[in-house]
Amino acid sequence: MDVRAGQVVTVSPDYVLSHDNSAAIIQEFRKLGVSRVRSPEKIIIVLDHIVPAADEKYAQNHKTVREFVAEQAIPNFFDINSGICHQVLPEQGFALPGKVIVGSDSHTPSYGALGAFAAGIGRTETASLWATGEIWLRVPETLRVDLVGRFPDMVSAKDAALKIIGDNGAEMANYKAVEFAGPAAPSFSVGSRMTMANMSAEMGAKNGYFNPDRTTLDWLEGRARAPFEVFTSDPDAAYESVLAFDLSGLEPQLACPHTVDNVKPVREAAGTLVDQVLIGTCTNGRLEDLDAAARILRGRKVHRRVRALVIPASWDVYREALKTGTLSVLADAGCVILNSGCGPCLGAHEGILAAGEVCVSTSNRNFRGRMGHRDSLIYLASPATAAATAVEGGITDPRSFA
Amino acid sequence: MSRGRVWKYGDDVNTDVIYPGRYTYQILSPREMAGHALEDLDPRFAADVREGDVIVAGKNFGCGSSREQAAACLKYAGVQAVVAKSFARIYFRNAINLGLPVLQSEAAADALQAGDEVDLDFVGGEIVSARGTFRFPPLPESVIGILEAGGLLEYTKKKLAAGREPKA
Repeated sequence: MDVRAGQVVTVSPDYVLSHDNSAAIIQEFRKLGVSRVRSPEKIIIVLDHIVPAADEKYAQNHKTVREFVAEQAIPNFFDINSGICHQVLPEQGFALPGKVIVGSDSHTPSYGALGAFAAGIGRTETASLWATGEIWLRVPETLRVDLVGRFPDMVSAKDAALKIIGDNGAEMANYKAVEFAGPAAPSFSVGSRMTMANMSAEMGAKNGYFNPDRTTLDWLEGRARAPFEVFTSDPDAAYESVLAFDLSGLEPQLACPHTVDNVKPVREAAGTLVDQVLIGTCTNGRLEDLDAAARILRGRKVHRRVRALVIPASWDVYREALKTGTLSVLADAGCVILNSGCGPCLGAHEGILAAGEVCVSTSNRNFRGRMGHRDSLIYLASPATAAATAVEGGITDPRSFA
Repeated sequence: MSRGRVWKYGDDVNTDVIYPGRYTYQILSPREMAGHALEDLDPRFAADVREGDVIVAGKNFGCGSSREQAAACLKYAGVQAVVAKSFARIYFRNAINLGLPVLQSEAAADALQAGDEVDLDFVGGEIVSARGTFRFPPLPESVIGILEAGGLLEYTKKKLAAGREPKA
């Protein structure tokens, strides 16, 4: 179908994602007066937000979801031993080039790393979509980010994403698509592409996107669940704006409390005392992220002032990191390895912050109160910066460990 | 015309301060949700808000998570509309889907102050106050049907009842 930016279209997405919030969506679905979902095979449910259940209410939600999955014969259900939805969908071969995926989670744009069109939606519209199979979407204008140069040592995709957001503001791409392109884009690993696409949500974007290439297709080999068609940007595509971003001069970045666009170089906050470090989440919980942390923590100890939490993004990542020894390195250093899931990132369990506490996290949001008390402070950074900080007990530029 | 009192906030009011994550995955009653509205931004709000009040804010209102309670809690607290310079995308969708009017007006967001009395005219697209009259752009046609039906659930129900219900 030929569509233009600004046009509103009704689409039938290939997949509809929801997670623990499925319990609330089920409640809305029941109000619609239909007994069956329209296409059970298009529904994907991943329990990941509070897993295993932290209290009776969460346990009841999970139970409600499991019963609904059985009742509606939903084949693509991933229970608490799977991982974070944004890692599970790619690994399980749902996130594919050309697919349209919507999810009732704001970091759904992550799947653009593999060339899918993926956008976040709300709960009520997810319930409606379960019943009808359709949703309205406005075709977004596109902002292109041309990546050039090469990352210096100890600098990674997270630093690039934070710097881009810091320079341009958290609203830079509101309602828009962000295409990550330019001569350096093919050098990004699939994991790094996921970090960028994930962080596009913090630019306000509707979706983030990398054109599929050899790296994409190699990664999908043996994973893809369905046939797919590769779409790449037209050579004469119209972009609303184009931003050049040079990786070469980049230094480690930090988003300071309480907004993701309050960004400065790590060195400018060096020495700020820290109580907790979180390494993981859908932004930075893949093997390359854990390896970056392990490179610094190998043979060293987490500072006694710091609680260092590690959350592999999925059970596949968890098991792989067990095999490679990465988790041993982190555990030996004194890190607490948690179940794959969202953990304390959204302030529900497993490492909530008390008043006045400071956390350096590899997650994607540092909003006031997000990880606990409204007077706690969250700094966002790369896995390398988080690991260096865990060792020193205060915010540390990881280049001192190079 | 519908009269309300203004609560004024700044830019980038995010969903975590509108409705904290510690309640997001609990299923609470409308009354309980209203009690947590803006809890981490303005602890006075939930206790003092009155039916018909209006929130006025800067750019990117509702940025962050897709949690729908961030729109629902304001509606349940009695807020009749949010006026902002701009809205984050998912928040905009959620508000429409739940029937919470979200009005975009840079001039109104700049001029209006906390405690001002305003009259909202949704049909005429006007915000009238002692500080002036401000126009806001009409909502996209695609969403008018949803608002007219009283929210997306009602809209979908009608659509399904019109013979498009899938066979069980």
